[in-house]
Amino acid sequence: MARIMSLRDAVAELVRDGDTVALEGFTHLIPFAAGHEIIRQGRRDLTLVRMTPDVVYDQLIGAGCAARLVFSWGGNPGVGSLHRFRDAVEHGWPGPLELEEHSHAGMANRYVAGASGLPFAVLRGYRGTDLVERTATIAPITCPFTGEELTAVPALRPDVTVVHAQRADRQGNVQLWGITGVQKEAVLAAHRSLVTVEELVDELTPVPGDVVLPSWVVTAVAHVPGGAHPSYAQGYSVRDNEAYRRWDAVSRDRDAFTAWLDADVLAAGAPA
Amino acid sequence: MSSAETTTETTAETSAEWTADEMMTVAAARQLHDGTACFVGIGLPSTAANLARATHAPGLVLVYESGCIGAKPDRLPLSIGDGVLADTADAVVSVPEVFNYWLQPGRIDVGFLGAAQLDRFANINTTMVGGTYDAPAVRLPGAGGAPEIAASCREVVVVVRQSPRTFVRELEFVTSVGFGSGPGDRERWGLRGAGPRVVITDLGVLEPDPSTCELTLTSLHPGATVEQARAATGWDLRVAADVASTRPPDADELRVLRALNATLRAGS
Repeated sequence: MARIMSLRDAVAELVRDGDTVALEGFTHLIPFAAGHEIIRQGRRDLTLVRMTPDVVYDQLIGAGCAARLVFSWGGNPGVGSLHRFRDAVEHGWPGPLELEEHSHAGMANRYVAGASGLPFAVLRGYRGTDLVERTATIAPITCPFTGEELTAVPALRPDVTVVHAQRADRQGNVQLWGITGVQKEAVLAAHRSLVTVEELVDELTPVPGDVVLPSWVVTAVAHVPGGAHPSYAQGYSVRDNEAYRRWDAVSRDRDAFTAWLDADVLAAGAPA
Repeated sequence: MSSAETTTETTAETSAEWTADEMMTVAAARQLHDGTACFVGIGLPSTAANLARATHAPGLVLVYESGCIGAKPDRLPLSIGDGVLADTADAVVSVPEVFNYWLQPGRIDVGFLGAAQLDRFANINTTMVGGTYDAPAVRLPGAGGAPEIAASCREVVVVVRQSPRTFVRELEFVTSVGFGSGPGDRERWGLRGAGPRVVITDLGVLEPDPSTCELTLTSLHPGATVEQARAATGWDLRVAADVASTRPPDADELRVLRALNATLRAGS
């Protein structure tokens, strides 16, 4: 059964130095507040996993939490580069960042294999690209039935996956809907999971097309209204596009970034 | 992407009535046909696809990698996961589903891609430029959905501004495959789609030669010259014997495009 915990206690218990950590959310439902709490608690040497390491991972990388990144697209969607990510890769600031690079289809299938309890997934992709040579977790495989050559990618099994969702009940059953990305697969693939939610309710009302994560596959639920900002939670908030545009200027400059980190994350403290 | 921000600027190769970016976007939109399904990336491809849907192709099915299938946004989304895409879609599916069930089996007619670097066989680099892979001069976003879009859509349209920095003799990293090193490579790798059918730039239109697969300049936009296209290309550009002239944007295309771009500038 999922435990209802404060964000601070949940991160303290579930996210450890050196862990492989996935914060997922495909533009929608990105767990920014949890990412900031990981920064505040000073986690180090994390292997960060995420299909689209956008602004929240730019922040974690800039804050020095990450040693490795497993990903498929690192940019500020619709705006441009991730400058903290680029600074780490191009100049090793604040530390070097080792990359394990995939395509979206490869990452999605790695989570599916993890959620399925299988050692690897198969897809028809990657062939002819330089990713095959560069990434050790991409390997050719021959179909035993047709002889077709395909690509195998190993399962992703994060130590902990963190996602944001619209709501949960007091038993810790979680409901999310809209663009659901790889959140279900990332939670089911992980050894531990934390779901931050907009709302805690007595009883969940079904929503068309929603995804329900039953309490018994979730480790902890934390009530964090607005915890996806500047991304959004369908039915609760809209995406703060202006904040994504503003991030470009903050992240371009190490001093501006450090000032942002001090004021907006470290001094702000955890949500109650 | 910055298409919206640059459309109001007047550049040297631009006529008084429209900008080079507007011509490029309109030319790209015309490549999309009513009743087909198009896998759309954000930025110029998204602008062009929405222009097509608002003009000559109202039944164009827009598929975004966030899982939004049949999105019908009334404004340009800033990101591929913008709420307006989910709100207006025929179906919203998970990311594993959009790649495994919809893209991989070849259900999508056209893949619409941009590029940071492109070579004469329309292979695309969006990974890194300069230095080494581990310590690049410029780290780009990476692959995203592009390798599978390039491999699996029935055909691919590339939209990219043409410059010697972009149109390079040799890619530093092949992120997504066009024609590899020439005829037969796609088949050898088992890539199911036919590959890039056309590359639309701010200067003109390039198409692969049917026998060599090498990109050939086949049309120039109004005001652009062969010399200009050659100067903006890092290899010895092949030019068709009879280069066409791209039909200029008509009033309706320009009006709709500007209204769309205004929705992006206004934010949401």
